[in-house]
Amino acid sequence: MAVGKSPRRKDAVAKVTGRARYTDDLSMPGMLYAKYVRSPIAHGRVLHIDTQKAQSLYGVEAVFTFEDVPDKRFATAGHPYSLDSKHTDIADRRLLTGHVRYQGDEVAIVVARDRLTAEAAVELVQVKYEEYPVAVNAQTALKADTPPIHEGGNVIGSHRFEVGGMLEKAFEEADEIVESHYQTGVVQHCHIENHSTYAYMDDMEHIVVVSSTQIPHICRRIVGEALDIPWGRVRVVKPYIGGGFGNKQDVILEPMAAFLCMKLGGVPVKIELPREECFISTRTRHSTRSNIRAGTTKDGVLKGLDIEIFSNTGAYASHGHAIMGAAGSKSCNLYPRSVIKLKATTHYANIPTAGAMRAYGSPQVIFGIECLMEEAARAINMDSLDFRIKNVARQGDINPLKEKEILSCGMVECLENGRELIGWDAKKKAYKNQTGHLRRGLGVACFSYGSGTYPACVEIAGARLILNQDGSVHLQIGATEIGQGSDTAFCQMAAETLGVSFDNIHVVSTQDTDVSPFDTGAYASRQTYVVAPAVKQAAQELKAKILAYTALMTGQVPESLDLIAGNVVFANRPDKVVLPLDKVAMDTYYHKERGGQLTADVSYKTRTNSPSFGCTFVDLEVDIPLCKVFIKEIFNVHDSGVIIHPQMAAGQVHGGLAMGIGMALYEELLIDENSGYIYNNNLLDYKMPTCMDIPDLGCAFVETREPTGGYGNKSLGEPPNITPAPAIRNAVWDATGVKIDEIPMTPKTLYRHFAKAGLI
Amino acid sequence: MFAIERYNKAQNVKEAVNLLAADPDAKIIAGGTDVLIRLHGGSKEYRNLVDINGLAELKEISEEAGGAVRIGSMATFSEIMDSDIVNRCVPVIAEAVSTVGGPQLRNTATMGGNICNGAVSADSAGALLVLQADLEIQGIGGEREVPVVGFHQGPGRVSLKQGDVLTAFRIKPENYKGFGASYYKYAMRDAMDIATIGCAAAARLDGDKIDELRLAFTVAAPKPIRCEHAEKTAAGKPLSEKTLEAISDIVQKDVKPRSSWRAAQEFRLHLIRTLTQRVVRQAIERAGGKF
Repeated sequence: MAVGKSPRRKDAVAKVTGRARYTDDLSMPGMLYAKYVRSPIAHGRVLHIDTQKAQSLYGVEAVFTFEDVPDKRFATAGHPYSLDSKHTDIADRRLLTGHVRYQGDEVAIVVARDRLTAEAAVELVQVKYEEYPVAVNAQTALKADTPPIHEGGNVIGSHRFEVGGMLEKAFEEADEIVESHYQTGVVQHCHIENHSTYAYMDDMEHIVVVSSTQIPHICRRIVGEALDIPWGRVRVVKPYIGGGFGNKQDVILEPMAAFLCMKLGGVPVKIELPREECFISTRTRHSTRSNIRAGTTKDGVLKGLDIEIFSNTGAYASHGHAIMGAAGSKSCNLYPRSVIKLKATTHYANIPTAGAMRAYGSPQVIFGIECLMEEAARAINMDSLDFRIKNVARQGDINPLKEKEILSCGMVECLENGRELIGWDAKKKAYKNQTGHLRRGLGVACFSYGSGTYPACVEIAGARLILNQDGSVHLQIGATEIGQGSDTAFCQMAAETLGVSFDNIHVVSTQDTDVSPFDTGAYASRQTYVVAPAVKQAAQELKAKILAYTALMTGQVPESLDLIAGNVVFANRPDKVVLPLDKVAMDTYYHKERGGQLTADVSYKTRTNSPSFGCTFVDLEVDIPLCKVFIKEIFNVHDSGVIIHPQMAAGQVHGGLAMGIGMALYEELLIDENSGYIYNNNLLDYKMPTCMDIPDLGCAFVETREPTGGYGNKSLGEPPNITPAPAIRNAVWDATGVKIDEIPMTPKTLYRHFAKAGLI
Repeated sequence: MFAIERYNKAQNVKEAVNLLAADPDAKIIAGGTDVLIRLHGGSKEYRNLVDINGLAELKEISEEAGGAVRIGSMATFSEIMDSDIVNRCVPVIAEAVSTVGGPQLRNTATMGGNICNGAVSADSAGALLVLQADLEIQGIGGEREVPVVGFHQGPGRVSLKQGDVLTAFRIKPENYKGFGASYYKYAMRDAMDIATIGCAAAARLDGDKIDELRLAFTVAAPKPIRCEHAEKTAAGKPLSEKTLEAISDIVQKDVKPRSSWRAAQEFRLHLIRTLTQRVVRQAIERAGGKF
């Protein structure tokens, strides 16, 4: 049995020895390098652009400006294509633009024989701008007299629902209504590998794009759309990837690389962003401002939640229109017995474009909700953990928005488990009535998340298995390994169902849209959930073929046979080997009269989406005069159904916790309110926490068995980073008595609040 | 890839001096942790480089017969942190340089570079200021020795002429013997960061009184500074909370922090007061004092 064990990752040794090749490691003879000419202002129009000097620099092959690119707008969000014309992504971007909408917008691009020449040529491109008023936040972007950033105005989408009853009535039944305003900042993914892509042609009609992408098949479609060429002429190849976290669930460089390559006669052209450019012109997490109200009875029944939220998508739509709808709806699985009303507005602004980032809006929405749950509990003098236990989802509850039953739910068990791990009850008593410079506090927050995007989007996954001559099996999947470990998990699943050892399953880690099965890629914590049925079915089919073939070889009845640990055995006498699999395999390939290569190829559409659950518990110390938070203990407890690979699952949790701590206490892209200027687009000034800042990270799992999961499993990739921020905020409140309703709670933020509260 | 135009690797200090003197645009590359970052950022001021890596005479850390500690300008932060002499005689230097960047950076960055680039935030500057280190410099006119106090002229500016090469730091015995010293770097994170405020203190006691206090700050003014008013206030005072408060009250006269997007002036002043108390207390405790 392979599921539930922690075999060594398929890519572990290749990665730590440096043998794994990433896009930037790949090069071709004659490869050219392209570099964007970026706008130094956040909003305006190009009046005049002169490329002559750049073009005459030795080593420059070409310069293209916004006047040279097709007048074609395309959407970049990495969503599956939608047959419903009302559900398509917003096409608001051209390859280059004369109307610049953020500091860093792309007005021209230089192609040169090497990077340094390209950099030098960029400086020689002379551009004159007419400046427009800049709007960086909701207050200015949504004012009536603010000039629109795109035709059609600055609001790009709104989502509304009211479910579980009427909010007004629910609040009438409440004894206490609490309300607060929350703010979350712009943070970025900071994947280790920056965006990198190159394109080449080795015939007259097909263009090959090699890219660090989470979504090769979607990328193929978008390159086709952007360049107006049939999708079948585009081939996208995804090598090893150094992380994405959603920033590569967007098509950013690929259409441009393909465009340049085609313009230049098919020569290879590479675009790779340095970190500084990656910060400003890929994607970020939406910053939000929300106003949330909650009504509770005196004995702690949460009657209703009223969420109004503005999310800032920046200069271009990307995923903006979809994120708040997706994030808002997930609260309904967390508190399914309460009335929930959501009013979300997403708007443009003159800041870097926000897109998908780990947990797709949920950390922002849940930050507000879980801060307010703390407030509601305190308003009725109830322990906030008990308050949550009383109101969170239980198995059998009906999600009032989706009107679907929650089939597996370990939310209460997660909270009870966390209570023990952190020593909640004893510490709550010990931390009462503290004075002095150093004070301890406890915090908790919980979440629910989805396992994919259904029914908003199609959920399609593909798996192909091939029996090799030596009895090993090759697994090809359309789903992408981006560091999260999916290749390994799929091999475990195949091994489990097929009856071949994990070591004898080889996985093709590279996706190539010309040969890989179709799958929309790594996002929405979907892959283990939606790929499992495809792998399982393919494994069942291949196994049936192997047994049938063995029957043919041996004269046995197929039903009397089984495949266990790489041997065909008698089903009722598993210790008795009929034929080892390699013998069967050799016969399928080389027998002159019978057989043929045994394969199974499955494309599967998942039509369920099970919620996963979990929570963060934190015990921390605040040094009030230093305005610093020191985390003493932190635990995430998850219900992600059956855990496929406990060690990798813990890795996901550790990474998500660290990312959540970054968002809570350290990270923010700082943008000037008046000019849209970006101050800290580098890893020195953008304070992503280091290993010195992150405490020991604890995790635990409550393993439910999800009936719709191929192996009882549910989502885990994104969920770990949803709740650290509200848990930490609640603990800072617990320690200091100061309620901070904004993140990040950097020392500068804490100073402002502590000074206002008279603590320093 | 870096846009380097001219590169010379000096075989000895004299050659470095001559190479630098011959080219007004030439700059020294030591550990490279600043120069290469500037080149990466597109700076055109660092395209002609004179490399002084590999000059063994600049890496030595030694203790002279008279007790003076000599640290070669090209000793890396890691070498300084690992040096028995430094840890025995002037541990505050090891404490300070251990806060710079991360391990990879400390393996190549040098204390000479940290001082000569004139960074307002240089972590080694605070420690060297309270130890009143002297700088040995070779130039066109020969060798000279100047005190670190007064060496910094402003942001990115120090008292060096084209052709000068800092060869070593020298700390006289009377400047460290009998002193307890401490450095605290306040930054937004605990590694890979530059100081929001850096504070160093060295204290010598006379019984239960402060005989001499030396207090230095980085990022609290346009250059690393010593705090004259605070030091005078401390002299002769008993070891008490009241003394610490008096020092941290008066220190505002010595500093001139500025507001920037990195931190507001008011916040920096708060940190300066807070750190004055904490760091002076620790220096005194390390000198054997008790509160």
